[in-house]
Amino acid sequence: MLPKVARDTLLDFCRRMFVIRHFEESLVPLHDKGVFGGHYHLYIGQEATGVPALSCLRADDYLFTTHRNHGHLLARGADPKKLCAEILGRADGYNKGKGGSFHTVVPSLGFLHTSAVVAGIIPLATGTAYASKALKNGRITVCLFGDGALEEGAAPEAFNLASLWKLPVLFLCENNGKYGAGRATGAAQSSTMAAHPLTDLPKAYKVPAQQVDGLDSGTVHATISRAVEEIRRGEGPQFIEAQTVRWPGSESNWPVVLQNTNASLAWDVNAVPEKVREWYRSCDPLLIYTRELVEAQQATREEIAAIDRKVKAEIDEAVKVAVSSPYPKPEEAAKDYFA
Amino acid sequence: MRELAYYEAKFEALHEIMAADERVHLINGTFLSLSPHRHVFQDLVKKYGDRMKSPPISELGFCGLATGAAMAGLRPIVDISTGSFIFEGWPQVCNEAANAFSMSAGQTRVPVVFHLFHGLRGGGAAQHSASPQAMLWNNPGLEIVLPSSPRDVKGLLKTAVASDNPTIFVDHVQLLEIRGEVPDNDSPIRFGQAEIKRKGNDVTVISTSYMVQRCLQVADKLAGEKISVEVVDPRTLVPFDMATLMSSVEKTGRVVIVDETHQSCGVAAEIAARIVESGFDKLKAPVRRVATLDVPVPYSPPLEEYIGPREDRIIEAIRAVLR
Repeated sequence: MLPKVARDTLLDFCRRMFVIRHFEESLVPLHDKGVFGGHYHLYIGQEATGVPALSCLRADDYLFTTHRNHGHLLARGADPKKLCAEILGRADGYNKGKGGSFHTVVPSLGFLHTSAVVAGIIPLATGTAYASKALKNGRITVCLFGDGALEEGAAPEAFNLASLWKLPVLFLCENNGKYGAGRATGAAQSSTMAAHPLTDLPKAYKVPAQQVDGLDSGTVHATISRAVEEIRRGEGPQFIEAQTVRWPGSESNWPVVLQNTNASLAWDVNAVPEKVREWYRSCDPLLIYTRELVEAQQATREEIAAIDRKVKAEIDEAVKVAVSSPYPKPEEAAKDYFA
Repeated sequence: MRELAYYEAKFEALHEIMAADERVHLINGTFLSLSPHRHVFQDLVKKYGDRMKSPPISELGFCGLATGAAMAGLRPIVDISTGSFIFEGWPQVCNEAANAFSMSAGQTRVPVVFHLFHGLRGGGAAQHSASPQAMLWNNPGLEIVLPSSPRDVKGLLKTAVASDNPTIFVDHVQLLEIRGEVPDNDSPIRFGQAEIKRKGNDVTVISTSYMVQRCLQVADKLAGEKISVEVVDPRTLVPFDMATLMSSVEKTGRVVIVDETHQSCGVAAEIAARIVESGFDKLKAPVRRVATLDVPVPYSPPLEEYIGPREDRIIEAIRAVLR
């Protein structure tokens, strides 16, 4: 289902989803060629959650994200050149190369601190929410994390605090393992979480919690809009679990792109290698969204192909700019660690 | 000049801080540990209760909450209370608060204060007697403050709250009853400014927190033997005032460091290394450390006393460097 928004907004969502997809796909060959090192995580397969969800926020709201942050930053309008430069450890990056893929922050977009420690941001998000409530500035906080974060003690401690003090925070859990190993055995959501469904955990702390299909942009948009409105009214924290299907390229330790995405795959996946074809046929939120746009006559195939091509060219250019950005001077390492 | 008890000076500071800045919120604790003087805390609650919060027993949660609140414009002071409890909030203090400014290339400031009581408190046993400041000193991104007198606790607390960096305020319950002069118009004490707590010529005794008080008593005793002890208190570990220390070392050439962290990789070890690196030629004798023995803190009074920087160990170390 498409989000109930104007056509321009629908097309803008489409554009942002392509930005994320092409950006993420272009990182893999850069890493494989050694242009950057270190571990990194991609947001492919979750675009229909992040893009509509973050569109529901105000410009001055706070967001916290994790090691899987690129998609959230781009959905919120981050500059792909500066994001890519940061991931490559370059001087022109958002954090001058001090943060990297794990820690990119863009305070002007509401991202104050990005933690790659699983669940590290969940208590922090209660803190910005606490500050907003104390300062009565009407801002809410959205805390984006994966299902694994619920396994850390930080999560329930933060749920308890947020619930007791009725803090304006939305915990948005993106579960990208809908068909994970544990689920297949008919037991818990994953093989390492006894609470099932995951919403049982926040509910134990009286935090209203619900599940939503993270592949369905319309349901995500409607659900998040309502939650954001209620939270902003002062009704306290909420928890939403958005379920997506893990992109096959993220199944190994290091991302692998077996198929570069283009809009035509929405109608014909025969070009996709057989072992990942099913994901592109039925679980790829970008392609689902693309088909829905055409079926609802909000865009033609040609219009979407044009968006796709334009975004691809922009990302290619962003990568080029980032690669040509200089490294920071080594002595910068010993500067700026105190205010 | 008027004289105040340490706890009175500390609460005078809290009153002035709360009155001066509405962004200051107090999270958890009473800033008094098990002290009987609860009335001073209640006076604060009466005036500023709306900015004082009692969270659940949830150090990981509320250390993170305070850190996040600091990122978003408040200036929270967290009372972790017993120093050992910081281990429950360690990931938020050491891995989030301490790193945020650097990871963001200076874009995100974290003006939070984590207050705790460290050290041998009398019967604290192994799990309530930690002095985590040495571990924290090994974790860049945190300012570390250790007051040792009524005047210092007031002036340093004000600077801690005004600082835009995460600051660990390391207090000691044995200091709460100490009395000392506190000027009426006390101004903040700048970080990175050591103080010569007692002038002397024969030996430089560097000590922190409650150990400063013990060293002053030792200096009094030894004065009777015509041994002139200079007591130097760094007051902050981060930033660290090397210049004041070295001018004393240049004068005496003999150094004893007295500190309550455990001996290995402790505060005394780091200070000794710095002195040896920058002033080996000024030394007339090897530097001596008097620190807590490298064992978990035992409960029974004679056992607890035995492992700490006892007066007799301090005196023995001073005599050794004078030989």
